[in-house]
Amino acid sequence: MSTAESEIPAGRPRPVRELETATVRLAGDSGDGMQLVGTQLTNTSALAGNDVATLPDFPAEIRAPKGTLAGVSGFQIHFAARDVLTPGDRLDALVAMNPAALRENLRDLEPHGVLVVDEDAFDAKALKLAHYAENPLENGSLDGYQLVRAPITKLTRAAVEETGLGKKLSERCRNFFALGLVYWLYGRDPEPTRRFISNKFKNTPDVAEANQRALEAGWNFGETAESLTGSYHVPPAEMAPGRYRNITGNQGFAWGLIAAARLSGKELFYGSYPITPASDILHELSRHKQFGVRSFQAEDELAAMSSVIGAAFGGAMGVTASAGPGIALKSEAMGLAVMLELPLLVLNIQRAGPSTGMPTKTEQADLLQVMFGRSGEAPMPVLAASTPADCFDTIREAWRIATAFMTPVTVLSDAFIATSAEPWKIPDVESLSTIPVTHPDASSNGASFMPYARDERLVRPWALPGTPGLMHRVGGLEKQDITGNVSYDPENHNHMVRVRARKVENVASVIPPQAVDGPDPGDLLVLSWGGVYGACASAVARVQQSGASVALANVRHLHPMPSNMAALLSHYRRVLIPELNSGQLRMLIRSKFLIDAVGLNKTTGRPFSAVEIEESIKSLIR
Amino acid sequence: MSKAVATKSDNAYTADDFTSDEDIRWCPGCGDYSILAQMKKVLPDIGVAPEKTVFVSGIGCSSRFPYYLNTYGIHGIHGRAPAIATGLKAARPDLSVWVITGDGDGLSIGGNHLMHAIRRNLDINIVLFNNRIYGLTKGQYSPTSPAGHITSSTPAGSIDGPLNPLSVAIGSEATFVARSVDTHTKHLGMVLKRAAAHKGASFVEVYQNCNVYNDLAFGYAWDRKQRPDNMVELEHGKPLVFGSNRDKGIRLNGFNPEVVTLGNGITEADLLAHDEHAEEPALAYILSRLRYPRFPEPIGVLRSVELPSYEVLMDRQIEEARRNRGTGDLEALFNAGDTWQVS
Repeated sequence: MSTAESEIPAGRPRPVRELETATVRLAGDSGDGMQLVGTQLTNTSALAGNDVATLPDFPAEIRAPKGTLAGVSGFQIHFAARDVLTPGDRLDALVAMNPAALRENLRDLEPHGVLVVDEDAFDAKALKLAHYAENPLENGSLDGYQLVRAPITKLTRAAVEETGLGKKLSERCRNFFALGLVYWLYGRDPEPTRRFISNKFKNTPDVAEANQRALEAGWNFGETAESLTGSYHVPPAEMAPGRYRNITGNQGFAWGLIAAARLSGKELFYGSYPITPASDILHELSRHKQFGVRSFQAEDELAAMSSVIGAAFGGAMGVTASAGPGIALKSEAMGLAVMLELPLLVLNIQRAGPSTGMPTKTEQADLLQVMFGRSGEAPMPVLAASTPADCFDTIREAWRIATAFMTPVTVLSDAFIATSAEPWKIPDVESLSTIPVTHPDASSNGASFMPYARDERLVRPWALPGTPGLMHRVGGLEKQDITGNVSYDPENHNHMVRVRARKVENVASVIPPQAVDGPDPGDLLVLSWGGVYGACASAVARVQQSGASVALANVRHLHPMPSNMAALLSHYRRVLIPELNSGQLRMLIRSKFLIDAVGLNKTTGRPFSAVEIEESIKSLIR
Repeated sequence: MSKAVATKSDNAYTADDFTSDEDIRWCPGCGDYSILAQMKKVLPDIGVAPEKTVFVSGIGCSSRFPYYLNTYGIHGIHGRAPAIATGLKAARPDLSVWVITGDGDGLSIGGNHLMHAIRRNLDINIVLFNNRIYGLTKGQYSPTSPAGHITSSTPAGSIDGPLNPLSVAIGSEATFVARSVDTHTKHLGMVLKRAAAHKGASFVEVYQNCNVYNDLAFGYAWDRKQRPDNMVELEHGKPLVFGSNRDKGIRLNGFNPEVVTLGNGITEADLLAHDEHAEEPALAYILSRLRYPRFPEPIGVLRSVELPSYEVLMDRQIEEARRNRGTGDLEALFNAGDTWQVS
């Protein structure tokens, strides 16, 4: 655990060391409930005033065979007394509930880090499943760590014995034992988790009681275990005044949609097909029907996208979401939406591809897909959210553009920010600006309605069914500009292809100029987009402290780009673009601005660490 | 472009009010003209204003239909009309929504959407023009073409068996299933009106002649002289009697239908009596299987039962959520659960 170690006296038998920051990972079997207790640790850390960032890391299989390497599920949390932007590079503490979890995660633990294992889980069978030829607890291979051998299974069973639960149910409380131990280790208040348990298991009081006892037993083990040399204290972070809560990226999207609908006076129609990692948006929205949310689980991705077009034609705020494979299926209807020039949102929660790829792992490899993956030339604005909290804001921005320009808009997120959590300063609802939407009024003067007549920004009117005198037909066939009648006229098609592109380019006139953090001009500009932002910002801050002339520009508007982008890029000797793909934004930047941007690219299914970015920056400014 | 129509009180519209100014581009002699004419004729009787009516279609000859009506309309993409209509109707239950599709659009590329729109029972009217051929792509066989059909893509005859649109609809839990014929204008008008009046998803198959690629595919149903012997007109509560002399009928032998001649001890009381409101769709399914030339093919309403429609249930859930939790409050949403104050 890094920095600022000082022993402070406390009323405990062993020393409490103060830390500025700590990174902890809880790892176990898919069925061990690691995500659940990880979320609890996140909440209590945030409630204690720390800034937090998390990385849930789980397999696509719901329950891979017990004890196997394939079934290991982990939850990482970075909490600190200062601003944190990443879920942490290296682990200060690791909890491994079985040998497979140890094997899969030990490589990330810092030397001398705290290593808690459930020693009861290290039997011959489990060791074999994890491909351990001999027991690592016995052969000295873990001597470089602060090994805490906790008989978690036995102690949990003993702690919950009086509740009368069977063996299997008893052992399912092991995760709360582990959480209790971690709470002791970091001096966390268990009270919010006690409330959570009472509420979550209110229909099964015996299970609730058992989990409460397991949590307490874990804490007590910490107090008494001699292998623990002390505990740690991470003081509150300095944050802007206000009321906070934790939010995940998918929650940010869902709430952003509800807010955007309200602010634009629209009913939200959400049509989607279940897909990892986007499904949580559907789940969240379906819970909030009191906001008039019309959530629709379609028969497939094509229907989800098509239904949203129907809803948008009817005047609703039509939204769909998916991941890359689903977006591929939606592409045909996205092309229709471009042709119809209807406002709607397509959210792409990117995951590792191609094809089914690694459904629960993160990647940014759909940028070119959403830019160009449609038949013909079918441009649409593309935005990217960068952090869980940013998801909330990006949605409103996207809907503002969609309605102001009568265009479908794609918003990119990724598996990492979709599932990770961070503190979100709850906005004052009154302060959220409205999103004005207008529709033409009924016409009864006998004049023909022109559905593709355009204003000075090339935007056509959004005439709603039900309005007398404005009856019109839209369709995927090329249409004559202004009248909207079907047209195969060569010059008209040439004109319409350009008009559709120019209209989208005109969006640049209403978006803010690209902001830069750091020197301008300077030696190196790091250009980030989406979920890599946190690691880039941490890395840039570190090298800036050492006096390097390095700046960061995080791009929300990927298409069209802010109008100052060309000038900005020319202010730096080098441009570095870190991406979780093989260089997609770099390809766009190089072709659009003719500059020799450098890429830092990986496709491991995991986010960048700040160290990876930092090393790349240093190699370029050396 | 749209022809302006002044709003009128209900039932004051004429066929002209529903006629758009777009040039019609179907082949001369196409059965679609007849269906369009009947639609324009019955829309004023149905009484929904042009501005409250939306026609949604996919791709294919039939799917050009919306362009020729002065209502709101979406000419969508191949097979997706039922899905587009689903979003529209769910978002705007106040609109009268029609889906126009064909045998290729509705049963091949859009089969999945058709099935799900029907079983969700949105209050929409689906009209499937069945000409047993792909017209717009120049004459390939379709999912309703009979086995052995010789087309540009099956020069040696098709080797897949056809789908029966009515059986598919019934299998998809349809609450309203009917059939008519493009040139049987009066009957077609009656069926379209019945479909519009039904609350829930209505599915109508219309035999439609493609005089270019599959002329007289339904000649047996078309020809005025042959029709009485080849078609049986369904009427609720009435026995299934047919034939130029009305001397033949359909009788059930166990689960198997058979053609019988009235007389010699066989009376109408022995015949299958039509019950379009039967709770179980077994009878409607048996009727949907009657195929020329072994049997006369039924036209009219095979099935009409009442079930709550999707958009009504959706509205109900929203109302219930509002009753229980009040109209959504953003502040309450954001502050629910664990929060903390930083000062």
